[in-house]
Amino acid sequence: MEKHVVVIYPHPDDESFGAAGTIIQFREQGVPVTYLCGTLGEMGRNMGNPTFANRETLPEIRKKEITEASKVLDMELRLLGYRDKTLEYEDRNEVANHLKEILEEIQPSLVITHYPEHAVHPDHNALGAAAIEAVRLMNPENRPTVWAQAITNTHVEDLGKPEVINDIRENFDRKMDAILCHQSQASGVIRNWNQSDGVADDLKEQAMERLGVEAFYIWKY
Amino acid sequence: MKPIELDKVQEKLESFVGKDVYIHLETTNGAYASHVNEKAYNVGVYIRNANVRFNQAKIVGDGRSYRAGLKMDIGWIYAEGLTDWTIHEGEKLLMAGHDREGRLMVALQISETPFNY
Repeated sequence: MEKHVVVIYPHPDDESFGAAGTIIQFREQGVPVTYLCGTLGEMGRNMGNPTFANRETLPEIRKKEITEASKVLDMELRLLGYRDKTLEYEDRNEVANHLKEILEEIQPSLVITHYPEHAVHPDHNALGAAAIEAVRLMNPENRPTVWAQAITNTHVEDLGKPEVINDIRENFDRKMDAILCHQSQASGVIRNWNQSDGVADDLKEQAMERLGVEAFYIWKY
Repeated sequence: MKPIELDKVQEKLESFVGKDVYIHLETTNGAYASHVNEKAYNVGVYIRNANVRFNQAKIVGDGRSYRAGLKMDIGWIYAEGLTDWTIHEGEKLLMAGHDREGRLMVALQISETPFNY
């Protein structure tokens, strides 16, 4: 059994879309989970549908949303205070050392993050790379295992099959509850997947199809 | 935000003329544009808290979509596709253009005090 799991993603909602089912599984086993959330998603373009946020109110709204989602997922939340869309321009070593300090304090047995260069959003790639570097900088005896999540359309042909494949459909209702805490984002993100279909009706059904399995590569140092 | 009311926005724009103001200007089609549609391109630009002074300001449009242009001593700032506006914290003028799903496509914001960083 894991001792403590630390999830490192850049945006409020990455945890719910990407790893909620896995987080729920760990919490059901009694494993503590901490989410290190890189930014407040300040630059998100989804403003709710119908629109209820604007560029200036979005950060506080998303802070409330991630706080709610963390309650649903029963995990500890720490906000890292970077700014959305800028992570790739930060000094990689500085971010890695920041993360390393936190990891040395928490001493997790497992870290979940994005797979650098295979995670589509520049913030995902940059924070994933910093997280992997943070673990590399740790004393090898104390290094947690790292699960890296790839989300590009071609990741299986590029990287092979992920080693960890979690079918989380049994917990899908709670995953959906966590996703829906992100009220400003959920509908826009899900509808964005099927642009050709126009406005699709059942958000949950669409989400289940795409998000019913959470897969991770085990990082090799 | 609410649909742009030309006269009110024009009046607010003019209140900034000749003052040192902070600008937020952006346009985006999202970080996932080419992920969900391989024929699309990811394009975006963003400048926050640029400190400028303009001597003319005008908003123009057809009742649905608007353009706003600010004339400075040695240059211009403009944004196209604006649909909505609001006053934030009593003094900041926020203008944005949203698509039919409510997603922000473009924003031009002007304030006498810096935007939160």
